[in-house]
Amino acid sequence: MSPKKKQAGSAYFIAKETELPRTHVLSVLVNNEPGVLARVIGLFSGRGYNIESLTVSETSHEKHLSRITIVSSGTAHVLEQIKKLLERAVPVHRVTDLTLVAEERGHEKPLERELALVKVAGRGEDRVEAMRLADAFRAQVIDASIEHFTFEITGRVSKIEQFIAIMEPLGLVEVCRTGVAAMNRGKEGM
Amino acid sequence: MTGAEMVLQALVDNGVDTIFGYPGGAVLPIYDEIFQQDRVRHILVRHEQGAGHAAEGYARSTGRAGVMLVTSGPGATNAVTPLQDALMDSIPLVCITGQVPTGLIGSDAFQEADTVGITRPCTKHNWLVSAVDELPRILHEAFYVATHGRPGPVLIDIPKDVQFASGTYYPPEHYELKSYKPEVAGDEEAIAEAVRLMAGAKKPVLYTGGGVINSGPQASQLLRKLVGETGFPITSTLMGLGAYPASGENWLGMLGMHGTYEANLAMHDCDVMVCVGARFDDRITGRLDAFSPHSKKIHIDIDPSSINKNVRVDVPIIGDIARVLETMLKLWAASEAKPDQQDMAKWWAQIDRWRGRQSLSYRRSKDVIMPQYAIERLYALTRERNTFITTEVGQHQMWAAQFFGFEEPNRWMTSGGLGTMGYGLPAAFGVQIAHPDALVIDIAGDASVLMTIQEMSAAVQYNAPIKIFILNNQYMGMVRQWQQLLHGNRLSHSYTESLPDFVKLAEAYGGVGIRCDKPDELDDAIQRMIDTDAPVIFDCRVANLANCFPMIPSGKAHNEMLLPDEATDEAVSTAIDEKGKSLV
Repeated sequence: MSPKKKQAGSAYFIAKETELPRTHVLSVLVNNEPGVLARVIGLFSGRGYNIESLTVSETSHEKHLSRITIVSSGTAHVLEQIKKLLERAVPVHRVTDLTLVAEERGHEKPLERELALVKVAGRGEDRVEAMRLADAFRAQVIDASIEHFTFEITGRVSKIEQFIAIMEPLGLVEVCRTGVAAMNRGKEGM
Repeated sequence: MTGAEMVLQALVDNGVDTIFGYPGGAVLPIYDEIFQQDRVRHILVRHEQGAGHAAEGYARSTGRAGVMLVTSGPGATNAVTPLQDALMDSIPLVCITGQVPTGLIGSDAFQEADTVGITRPCTKHNWLVSAVDELPRILHEAFYVATHGRPGPVLIDIPKDVQFASGTYYPPEHYELKSYKPEVAGDEEAIAEAVRLMAGAKKPVLYTGGGVINSGPQASQLLRKLVGETGFPITSTLMGLGAYPASGENWLGMLGMHGTYEANLAMHDCDVMVCVGARFDDRITGRLDAFSPHSKKIHIDIDPSSINKNVRVDVPIIGDIARVLETMLKLWAASEAKPDQQDMAKWWAQIDRWRGRQSLSYRRSKDVIMPQYAIERLYALTRERNTFITTEVGQHQMWAAQFFGFEEPNRWMTSGGLGTMGYGLPAAFGVQIAHPDALVIDIAGDASVLMTIQEMSAAVQYNAPIKIFILNNQYMGMVRQWQQLLHGNRLSHSYTESLPDFVKLAEAYGGVGIRCDKPDELDDAIQRMIDTDAPVIFDCRVANLANCFPMIPSGKAHNEMLLPDEATDEAVSTAIDEKGKSLV
């Protein structure tokens, strides 16, 4: 009889994470240079941090600056690490945790908006219903035929998600979302 | 000026006199420039990994940036290991790679690789130069980034057409990057808070690391002064050895997985921990939830992302070690409060009891050379000399750290974070190039040394009389030790059946080979090695089955160390309980 094989061990010590993850919105001001987005994203993927949404665009042409808005979730400790790792990257000018700032200022959340294009195809009663709901959500029709509508909708993430969910049974064909654009309330910048 | 000329000019303007490299198609214009000048000395290695580690050795022993030059594709991919090594150990390393011409990028051209893509996570920053006009700025920025803040590796990828193209060169202004401004001074209020904690300490300990070495020789001087003025005991990580002298009264020895009993217990029991330029690595802390449970922790580090990464600290101080220590000493001198002398005496008495455990003791032998004994003799016979030590990775590395006493900073080059087997030989070569008259010894293992043995050829070419001191036990000793501890003594592939004859190997390269397997002949053999003015491979045949103790087994805390006299076969096989074994 061979002795029972011992369970394999490890050279690493791993502590269990007990804290619950939270969702935060980070604003990152970076040099608009080749590879900068890959660099920022790499900090997340390389450490196993999650990105829920990402928006990036040049915000100052003369200064070659881009603003990246990242929605990420993690424990307070992980989010603090993410912020510090971003801050020490060479092309990064500034990192602000908008969610934290909002909380410090006594706001529930930072201002968040997302835009989505939602294509719905159908005829008859479904089509009328889709149009009526779009009206209620203040979605604009930006393309239409007798068999489809394409809506443009802007709002908070929850509103967009609700709209998409409602369109599902009414002939939802495809969705394209921009990701979250965000900033804090009040007169101060990031 | 052509791009290739700019590269050479920028090296000169950034104070570089020596680079390590290997030519290839995509860097030929730069090599052509090297041929036509004599301000920058090029050292030809035998493999690009060797160039990187040699440049690391050069950097760590001089405190300046090391520079490597390699070609595109395989040249660049071979540079990845040293880049990551330098990233983990915070070594300033500038890597210049050739790239296929701009127009061919993305076409799967011969020897093309996405070098900036591959090296993005293993550099502090990297650049693909898209036009010759950008080249001077990028070259100067690269040196700035590599050497400022927490030092690290950078890479500049230069397409061949950019090397040929003409543009206007400008020297490095004394500029700061707009987006990269490391904090160096340290917040005075935080330092004052630290001093208050230290003055009230009953059981303090200084826990220092590679950051002290990186901050420069002044930081080591200030650290010694701080120890002198506070009377605190001091321990260090693997990377920080030499910042405080091993012969110093307050020295506890290295801490961590293979650290001394007194160092680890002082860490566990202390009430105030002052972490100076170390990063609470997992080899240091052991089980995190039992790490130094009763202490207030002060952490000085130049990298804010090191703060609270693994261990929550009470007083973070972000800044350059030398600058912070200077302020700390000033505030300490001005502080009325000082630690209670009775408490300190009690603490030292406790430490002396721990020291009495003699955790580094080992069974001596008349018949076989014990590896620990070999290091002790090597140290005894070289301590009066201008000696630099490098190592490979494994048991020999830990024995070197435990038994070789380092008195000065920048004398100890080892791959700590990445644990790169094959680091030591090329690193020793780089150190010897920087210090031609010094005694440079690579304390090696028989397995590690074969990973970069080809650099013996470079050492012979440049008359670099490095000494490769192999603790030869025919095993990958540390792998075997773990297999004994964790895998039921099933020694899967950790024994090397057919090692080369190291003496003949040395001779084949044009060096000198020495073999020794008797303890009473060891001193003479070491002396012969020291006296040989040529590269030497010393095949030191040591006890095959010796293991490295003391040891904190995985899943255990600092106060659950396995000591050498307790490490019977039974204790070793049960040292790690089921819970510890299931960790990852």
